[in-house]
Amino acid sequence: MLDLTYEAPKAKVIAGATGDWELVIGMEVHAQVATKAKLFSGASTEFGAEPNANVAFVDAGMPGMLPVINEGCIAQAVRTGLGIKAQINLRSAFDRKNYFYPDLPQGYQISQLFHPIVGEGEVTVEMGNGTARRVRIERIHLEQDAGKSIHDMDPHMSFVDLNRTGVALMEIVSRPDIRGPEEAAAYVVKLRQILRYLGTCDGNMQNGNLRADVNVSVCRPGDYEKFAATGDFGHLGTRCEIKNMNSMRFIQMAIDYEARRQIAILEDGGKVDQETRLYDPDKNETRSMRSKEEAHDYRYFPDPDLMPLEIEQAWVDDIASSLPELPDAKKARFMSAFGLTDYDASVLTAEVENAHYFEEVAQGRDGKTAANWVINELFGRLRKEGHDIDDCPVSPAQLGGIIDLIAKGEISGKIAKDLFEIVFTEGGDPAAIVETRGMKQVTDTSAIEAAVEQVIAENPAQVEKAKQNPKLAGWFVGQVMKLTGGKANPAAVNEIVAQKLGL
Amino acid sequence: MSDLNKLTIAAARDALRKREITAAELTEACINAVEGADALNAFVHKTPEIARAQAAAADTRLAAGGAPDLCGIPLGIKDLFCTKGVPSQAASRILEGFRPEYESTVSQQLFDAGAVMLGKLNMDEFAMGSSNETSCYGNAVNPWRRANDDAALTPGGSSGGSASAVAADLCLGATGTDTGGSIRQPAAFVGITGIKPTYGRCSRWGIVAFASSLDQAGPMTKDVRDTAIMLRAMAGHDPKDSTSAELAVPDFEAALTGDIRGKTIGIPKEYRMDGMPAEIEKLWADGTAMLKDAGAKIVDISLPHTKYALPAYYVIAPAEASSNLARYDGVRFGHRAKLAQGDGITEMYEKTRAEGFGHEVQRRVMVGTYVLSAGFYDAYYNRARRVRALIKRDFDLAFEAGVDAILTPATPSAAFGLGEMADADPVQMYLNDVFTVTVNLAGLPGVAVPTGLDAKGLPLGLQLIGRPWEEGDLLNFAYTLEQAAGFVSKPAKWW
Repeated sequence: MLDLTYEAPKAKVIAGATGDWELVIGMEVHAQVATKAKLFSGASTEFGAEPNANVAFVDAGMPGMLPVINEGCIAQAVRTGLGIKAQINLRSAFDRKNYFYPDLPQGYQISQLFHPIVGEGEVTVEMGNGTARRVRIERIHLEQDAGKSIHDMDPHMSFVDLNRTGVALMEIVSRPDIRGPEEAAAYVVKLRQILRYLGTCDGNMQNGNLRADVNVSVCRPGDYEKFAATGDFGHLGTRCEIKNMNSMRFIQMAIDYEARRQIAILEDGGKVDQETRLYDPDKNETRSMRSKEEAHDYRYFPDPDLMPLEIEQAWVDDIASSLPELPDAKKARFMSAFGLTDYDASVLTAEVENAHYFEEVAQGRDGKTAANWVINELFGRLRKEGHDIDDCPVSPAQLGGIIDLIAKGEISGKIAKDLFEIVFTEGGDPAAIVETRGMKQVTDTSAIEAAVEQVIAENPAQVEKAKQNPKLAGWFVGQVMKLTGGKANPAAVNEIVAQKLGL
Repeated sequence: MSDLNKLTIAAARDALRKREITAAELTEACINAVEGADALNAFVHKTPEIARAQAAAADTRLAAGGAPDLCGIPLGIKDLFCTKGVPSQAASRILEGFRPEYESTVSQQLFDAGAVMLGKLNMDEFAMGSSNETSCYGNAVNPWRRANDDAALTPGGSSGGSASAVAADLCLGATGTDTGGSIRQPAAFVGITGIKPTYGRCSRWGIVAFASSLDQAGPMTKDVRDTAIMLRAMAGHDPKDSTSAELAVPDFEAALTGDIRGKTIGIPKEYRMDGMPAEIEKLWADGTAMLKDAGAKIVDISLPHTKYALPAYYVIAPAEASSNLARYDGVRFGHRAKLAQGDGITEMYEKTRAEGFGHEVQRRVMVGTYVLSAGFYDAYYNRARRVRALIKRDFDLAFEAGVDAILTPATPSAAFGLGEMADADPVQMYLNDVFTVTVNLAGLPGVAVPTGLDAKGLPLGLQLIGRPWEEGDLLNFAYTLEQAAGFVSKPAKWW
């Protein structure tokens, strides 16, 4: 693969009344593990089921029920760790995080505080213009999701849906390496891309399958570098945590609002309180959820129902050997193997399904042409229909067939677009369509000559005018194309018209 | 045959297999005994219809031949075990009306082996107690009384109902659970045998959790042979319990040879407590002599961290309990307090748990919450875990030095009177567990065997502690001791 080298981007600076401020951001991304069954109960994880349909006795916290680890979830966490070049801990353990809430039936969440399954890794986040932020990952641990409390169905009662209770989450904890709202969103985009390539999380943010807690603080220019050199958080400002963000746009807006809020407090001579906040997109503001004093004492302790989790290096190696090509590598390869631009390679590798599609089309064909067709025609048409690549009516073989017909000179670029439309709406083999519908480009000069002679014979007045004004030759070309149903090779028509008119 | 309920499991098994008696007759005798023993308050929920149906099925199996040992044997099930469709409340008000949709692995295994369920047995609330007095059903009563004294005595706890029922011949055997001595102490108080197996030997699935790293189910029976028979049916790996061991279950009964020649018995000096009653001293010395006479080698050993066991236990067990009992919140099952206008979820939790949990349970939940709190975790919970590791190491070293089993008293005294400890410091009650908690902390098997009577005619027991997973050997020591002690006394029926 190509080694992509980048400069670090500049930190976002916000000018305050008393001078400049910089942002320091760390994120905890909760990614739902793509598996059929929950982390400890075997109940289904299917989205959209009737409330409380996917609930095992364990999930409901029934007396005497015990958790049994789902090995598939462990494999997915390991796979994710390998995907971000992280250390895999062969021995990890589960802890209980205790708190009361109606959608937490056990009264505790099983998580991994003391010994997470994945240790340090990193994610490279490209920020354009040859810059990229290297975001270090501190850890990934497995934990149970909570259920859902519903407060708006009845004026007097709340309802609880436990379908989500016990679903496996990976909490991916970054270091405070992110330096601006755009970087934060780009980090989530990149992480999501990696997870989707790995197949360890579907990345569906709308359903809440990927959501982020964002820690924001502000500091003066130069302070971050001191922190980076010493590891002393004392150089940084007090952070606030914005909970449960599930939109890239809102992440940016919330960070921007929160940074400005903190700056305003500090410039007024106040002190930022460490607290948990919620973002309200309707008002574009963050609000205090609970202060440090109100923070829960989670009373973490090792879960005595579960033995420490021990995995074998050979098993990890097996998973490593089955890892797919990841976005950075794929992008580099697309650039080198197909001669694509950085931009086109980024577009084509953003979603793994798109990359696969492109690669099938480009196989044995000109890469740039394939990229143009996939990005401009195909993606454009799909967007118009509100489809994505999964329900694309044109197969890579069909699109490749169209490109082949152009390459062989059998159809013009213009006809190719008509052909694409037919294939898109009606389906069918492109070559056969060209044949049966007579769309083949006419390169036979005698046929073109006959058509030119016919047009000249039928339009003596125009001929005279054209002889005065050679620009009118274009009118004859148009008539010939009309007569031939657009199939005549345009270059040949031009040449023969000029010759017959004696221009 | 009369008084079928007085049979041991082994005797009943043999008679059933020879078709000298039927499971239906045996079960009917037990149902009658249970009906006549309300004064003992051992059974908190009777299931005669289930028992009769299971007995009929057992008779069919017996007639076909090749039925398992427990086929047709009437048992009582501690209320801590979830039994499908049958009230299972852990003797707590907070589980009012709770009928599980599932059957605990251990009770399921017993029923699969053809056992007959007479009903659910009294216990201390959530297995927290040493006298059965914390039960929401009121205490069970010990069938034994002091000579010339009508005062009601405790059957011990937490498996008090199991102890009372077996000692009074209401059933042939009973399930118990033991977190700090809850099988062995009551067994000793009523003159029966009970074993806490190695942690992980029996599945905990479907047993209401008290302290997950300490809880273990075990049988309580009239003699050692019955314990061996019943343990075999209860034990075994369960994929639904991650802490259950993937080990084959041997035929424990076959291990009862009575031959312990050349084996080594350790006598730990730290178990000789200050102020230990002379009767207990004598019982222990007599037991030691019996094992020696049977050909064992007796060695003095030291388990130096013993004195820290009780405090460590009373940190770890409440810590786990505080978390395990968080699920009783009134949201999904069991008791929910009536709420006042304007009450929210916090009031629902507080009122439900205040009404639903008894005082001892509340005390332990609060202690457990405290020791896990930020700032206290290292001082209490982590320190207790380190102590636990040291206690386990004490035992490991003793076994490595060649000790095959360790002999100690089972309890510091004979059964005490109900209500006698009502005004005592809770620690006085906790001292009942002083000889037994070490075994739970170390995850070892321990068995209580009755070997004598005190001056007032109450039974006293000794405890044997064995190597992990060697319950067969351990039970053979217990069997040898039982044979030598010749304990055959029964309580005089007054109920």
